[in-house]
Amino acid sequence: MSHKDGKKQTGIERLENAFAVCKAEGRRAVSPFITAGDPDSETTVAILKSISTAGATCCELGVPYSDPIADGAVIQSSYTRALNAGMNLEKMFSIVSEIREACEMPLLAMASYSLIFRSGIEAFVKRGESSGLAGFVVPDLPLEESDELDEQCRRSGLALVRLVTPTTPPERAREIAKRSTGFLYCVSVAGVTGERTALPDGLIDRIKWLRKESNVPILVGFGISSADQAREVATVADGVIVGSAVVRCLEEARDVETMANAAGSFVQELVKSCQVC
Amino acid sequence: MSRVQAESVDQKLSAVPDNFGRFGRFGGRYVPETLSAALNQLEKAYDDAIIDPEFVSELEGLFGAFVGRPTPLLFAERLTEKAGGAQIYFKREDLSHTGAHKINNTLGQALLAMRMGKKRIIAETGAGQHGVATATACARFGLECIVYMGAEDVRRQSPNVRTMKLMGAEVRPVESGSRTLRDAINEAMRDWMATVETTHYIIGSVVGPHPFPRIVRDFQSVIGRETIECCNKLFGRLPDTVVACVGGGSNAAGMFYPFVDFPDVRLVGIEAGGRSSNEGEHAAPLTYGTPGILHGSLSYVLQDLDGQTADVHSVSAGLDYPGVGPEHSYWRDSGRVDYTSVTDSAALDAFDMVAQQEGVLPALETSHALAWAVEAASEMSPEEILVVCMSGRGDKDAAEIARLRGQE
Ligand SMILES: Cc1ncc(COP(=O)(O)O)c(C=O)c1O
Repeated sequence: MSHKDGKKQTGIERLENAFAVCKAEGRRAVSPFITAGDPDSETTVAILKSISTAGATCCELGVPYSDPIADGAVIQSSYTRALNAGMNLEKMFSIVSEIREACEMPLLAMASYSLIFRSGIEAFVKRGESSGLAGFVVPDLPLEESDELDEQCRRSGLALVRLVTPTTPPERAREIAKRSTGFLYCVSVAGVTGERTALPDGLIDRIKWLRKESNVPILVGFGISSADQAREVATVADGVIVGSAVVRCLEEARDVETMANAAGSFVQELVKSCQVC
Repeated sequence: MSRVQAESVDQKLSAVPDNFGRFGRFGGRYVPETLSAALNQLEKAYDDAIIDPEFVSELEGLFGAFVGRPTPLLFAERLTEKAGGAQIYFKREDLSHTGAHKINNTLGQALLAMRMGKKRIIAETGAGQHGVATATACARFGLECIVYMGAEDVRRQSPNVRTMKLMGAEVRPVESGSRTLRDAINEAMRDWMATVETTHYIIGSVVGPHPFPRIVRDFQSVIGRETIECCNKLFGRLPDTVVACVGGGSNAAGMFYPFVDFPDVRLVGIEAGGRSSNEGEHAAPLTYGTPGILHGSLSYVLQDLDGQTADVHSVSAGLDYPGVGPEHSYWRDSGRVDYTSVTDSAALDAFDMVAQQEGVLPALETSHALAWAVEAASEMSPEEILVVCMSGRGDKDAAEIARLRGQE
């Protein structure tokens, strides 16, 4: 493992490498989302290994939260299952450590700021760094409130991935893009997470515009549920994030092995659809 | 000289929030980016509205002819006698149209929604009073109205569900989580995420992201202003003690805010003490909680060490909430307002006492403040004046109280 020989790479560097590999291979990035601890830690580890093998560029690990206002029914239920099964921050960070040992795939924690704040921002980021996280996506932290977390992430070399949405005015989108590290998360729709049958109108143009304004890769997420949609987005974006569709595909599987395999095949399909040349 | 004055003005407790929605360290705006633009739009619309004489006079007109303001201050003669101490007065928000203070806020916000060109309104409700007040304002102005309400609250506050429907609102029961107020707010926020360009969210208390805590406080402050005016007229002075129940904290904030710069007036907020002080058995974040983030702002909250919101309990649906408005946290930490809690059973006893001694049926929420008031009055002198914010009437609770007693 590269982090064992010589200089330790920062989270941001690991993400940069992962995107560079994609680019060299003529692919767009694929970042699945799964919930930590649904149904348990052991299964989560198995799923992560499987999607890493399937070619995922990086992965968002959803940290279960009791009041996720940005999430639709699929991810809410998944969070509830995980919490009911006893998932907590300590177990979540153990999952991260275990994956850091086993795979190159960078992991980002998708965590509510409520959780980060409660632990203490510095403490939470340090814990993230020492367990081997590459960065954070904090869906309920707007630009104005983010200075402290930003500062801690910079010190630790972890990415703080920011989100732009269809309701973000252009000036603000520029500022958000400028301050995003790792990549920029382009939210495809105004709304909560969840699968949608069609890509929203104007998305492709928005991505093209953002592409010009941003120095970091642009990954598009919220509502992308099929390989076809991923392929369409991949024509203009640097990658796709697929959440609810992955979680739902896991819901349908029954045991650890079938869950890991199901996630693996779905991610493989997405990776294939994001092969651009 | 002028410099000293400027500083003392700045240091006034009432000079909050700042431009970031901070009340001291509390408040702020912790929301998904999707909502940022709408909150900025709301902030601007509000700033414009309050200096627009037309807006101000329209709202005043509604407060008079539609709500029935000013609400009276009633001397609770027999209760005073029974307590045997301070003179107890009720600020009669229960006499407002729709039976609680909530209407002050919903009329103001409905007018704001129309200024922003938004014709669809969503709201959450716990006790159903805010839902009724929102449905009422929407009916008055011809706005579409959808109210999210925890399924448990739909059951225990069913008279209000009927009223909302009669006013033309759609009530959506929320089955997730604890099926109470907190879950109703989650669902309303999720709706708003997808509809934010055409919909205004009329939040029901001084909670949520900036600028809601400020806007709701300002619309509710008519309660405290009228109380001050009335006390000056009746007694030639301010009251000694003012008490209000605290759920999200809107009736209390509306009552307290005009008083905070008068340090001689003691202000007391009463939270829901539930069954006990054990986690999960009460809903008293200012009494037992820690600073944390819930529903878009930093305030005292009941959560576990990881930051997961704790389960709460109160016999009263309107107080059954793990968070509280950020300005209350500011007042708590600055020492300006004292907060304590009253149990379910003490509130139920006060409900009976006030019904039978005064011929006023208080809401179960209000009964928490009343229980404290009777106790406190007994330790005060007869020259002292104690005002209770009678935030709402108790018709909605009659059936649930009968059911609880039937089981006892
Ligand atoms: C009569 C009454 N009082 C008090 C409350 C608690 O809310 P707040 O603390 O915002 O005044 C409610 C809420 O539903 C209520 O209906």
